[in-house]
Amino acid sequence: MTVRQTAEALGLTLLCGDGDREISGVYVGDLLSRCMSRVTEGCLWITIMSNINAVAVAALTDPACIVFCEDVEIDDVVLDRARENDIAIAKSTLDAYALCVAYHNACGENQ
Amino acid sequence: MSEAVKFHFDVDGSDFSSAGAASVMVKKKLRQLGYPPEVIRKVSIAMYEGEINMVIHANGGTADVEVYDNEIVIILSDKGPGIPNIELAMQEGYSTARDNIRNLGFGAGMGLPNMKKYTDSMEIDTRIGEGTTITMRVSL
Ligand SMILES: Nc1ncnc2c1ncn2[C@@H]1O[C@H](COP(=O)(O)OP(=O)(O)OP(=O)(O)O)[C@@H](O)[C@H]1O
Ligand SMILES: [Mg+2]
Repeated sequence: MTVRQTAEALGLTLLCGDGDREISGVYVGDLLSRCMSRVTEGCLWITIMSNINAVAVAALTDPACIVFCEDVEIDDVVLDRARENDIAIAKSTLDAYALCVAYHNACGENQ
Repeated sequence: MSEAVKFHFDVDGSDFSSAGAASVMVKKKLRQLGYPPEVIRKVSIAMYEGEINMVIHANGGTADVEVYDNEIVIILSDKGPGIPNIELAMQEGYSTARDNIRNLGFGAGMGLPNMKKYTDSMEIDTRIGEGTTITMRVSL
């Protein structure tokens, strides 16, 4: 599924970035030095760490999209930095578990 | 032998919002130069962790990246407090980061272990009260 298809299926709000990228895999995490080694190219990275340092991690690891979950606040500077680095960001009111379940189900339906 | 490509960065220790910027720049350069994704990934992870450590533990420093035919060398140098016990600092999960830093997502105690894991060699030269220089090599 692409980022846009996933956003539709999971009810995410896509805030910036390329919606046409294909997603491969999911990682959930908030501790940045763990995310640094675990977020892989093209994955969906679900986190509550909606700060500028998360954007730096994404700029280095290149996930297809960061999903800021649990309705965390997102500063404009975060989105600006994401746009500068061509990083897609979406937000959701759901928690990480609910998002993973929804993504899993959506993948099944799209096969 | 072709001339080495070298990059130098001053890493600001007071600006958390730009932490990681030097690593992002190096990643972009290596990509332009056409290095394989695995090499770029290793250099990115190792340099990012070292850069962040200089910002959160040592009030900034300098980062030098030298690209040779057979390896990429990353040298991170700071004038911070030094690392009293390297063996302890190298353990996964060990961190002296304070709460305000942890709230930003740092302090998992995985930075130094990542640097070791994703490079082919890592040397730590540290002096208490004087600073730390870490040299990492990624083979090509
Ligand atoms: N450049 C440095 N100067 C002084 N102390 C350092 C430096 N780099 C690391 N340390 C010390 O080593 C500890 C372990 O570093 P490491 O990078 O593994 O974890 P961390 O920075 O605390 O957390 P994380 O990297 O997971 O966000 C640090 O908490 C700090 O006490
Ligand atoms: Mg660290």
